[in-house]
Amino acid sequence: MTVGVVDYGTGNLRSVQKAFEYLGAECRILGPAEDYAAVERLVLPGVGSFGHAMLSIEASRLYRPLMDWIGSGRPLLGICLGLQLLFESSEESMGVRGLSVFKGTCRRFREKKVPQIGWNNVRARRENRLLQGMAGGEFFYFNHSYFVVPEEEEVVLAETDYGVIYTSIAGKDNISGVQFHPEKSGRAGLETLENWMRSW
Amino acid sequence: MVTVRIIPCLDVEDGKVVKGTRFKDVRYAGDPVELARLYDEQGADEIVFLDISATHRTRKIMIDVVEKVSECVFVPLTVGGGLCSVTDIREVLSAGADKAAICSAALTNPNLIMEAAAVFGSQCVVLSIDAKKTGNSWHAFVEGGRKDTGVDALDWALRGEKLGAGEILLNSIDSDGTRSGYDLELTRLVVKRATIPVIASGGAGSLEQVYAAITIGKADAILIASLLHYREYTIADVKSYLRERGVRVR
Repeated sequence: MTVGVVDYGTGNLRSVQKAFEYLGAECRILGPAEDYAAVERLVLPGVGSFGHAMLSIEASRLYRPLMDWIGSGRPLLGICLGLQLLFESSEESMGVRGLSVFKGTCRRFREKKVPQIGWNNVRARRENRLLQGMAGGEFFYFNHSYFVVPEEEEVVLAETDYGVIYTSIAGKDNISGVQFHPEKSGRAGLETLENWMRSW
Repeated sequence: MVTVRIIPCLDVEDGKVVKGTRFKDVRYAGDPVELARLYDEQGADEIVFLDISATHRTRKIMIDVVEKVSECVFVPLTVGGGLCSVTDIREVLSAGADKAAICSAALTNPNLIMEAAAVFGSQCVVLSIDAKKTGNSWHAFVEGGRKDTGVDALDWALRGEKLGAGEILLNSIDSDGTRSGYDLELTRLVVKRATIPVIASGGAGSLEQVYAAITIGKADAILIASLLHYREYTIADVKSYLRERGVRVR
């Protein structure tokens, strides 16, 4: 199993890579010139701002290969900002268009301390392969200031409460995204990644 | 809802975990990789490593520790001690750290907070403040608690937040290693004014004091060192104590 992690120059990709390696997968960091055909699944990580990430994706000529991948039906997992980038826009960077795989926008927390940093629960809203085999009540590690607000109810797979109930897992067909960091969420996080590798 | 984080702090000197009192008189407490694994098993919500000698040579040792820990421990790792530039921060992140704690260098060059936040995102940048009561207020100290900068610690916390820090690690020099309890007054003041999460650090000598830092100090996260290193309590003990008293923990 070979997992590619998209490198558009901003993120800390090492933790993601180490988690997949721990699970026995081969994990390649993919820059713009790399061969996307050589990997079976793709992770879109992300730190920093929505606007900066989209600009970097375009500047490193990754927009096309990413959109081609998404259209091809092969599995993609967005992590943290990587989930947000799958939507159309964000309050964080007005006027910047996201990858727009899902309809909707990203909003800033107003109810509590920003960023939300720490462990929180994820409640499944519908049948969800990423949480397969989990009892519910598991904690995952979050570190973010913005959250996704999907327009289409059917992409909401799980929710989290941080003064506001928001979407913490979204997905449809081959595309999934998690707002938490599975690579930093201990046993439950590793299980999520294993589920992702097994299910698509 | 998000839980209060219990974070073991590993002060590393020459590849060994040590623990001092008021930043001095350090004694040996264990191997960093072994301790990190142990704390992970006990339910640590995060692990902080501070390179207390912070020289070029010890940075290499620290990088090696982080490399090893991040291969087998999958909770957030924060590394601090002597990080002076974006390049230094990149180095620890590439080794497997998730956050960088910056302290002295930020006081000399506050723009470092802004630069680091721009490159890696605020969620990566922890502003570490070594505070000591000086007269009626607290001053931010540098050089391992030896030098008073004259900067008001509370003002500095708020300025750091504006510059883009994602979290504040608030160390009380007066309480460090004394086991006399967290500086509740300082913690509460900073928590009240800051809008980003605050980690209380320094002084944990009993479970009651940890509880007080959460309920009276209102800290979002708690750093613990001596209490755990000398095997008096496990993280599981700390958490069950807190849980019994209605604090939400993982």
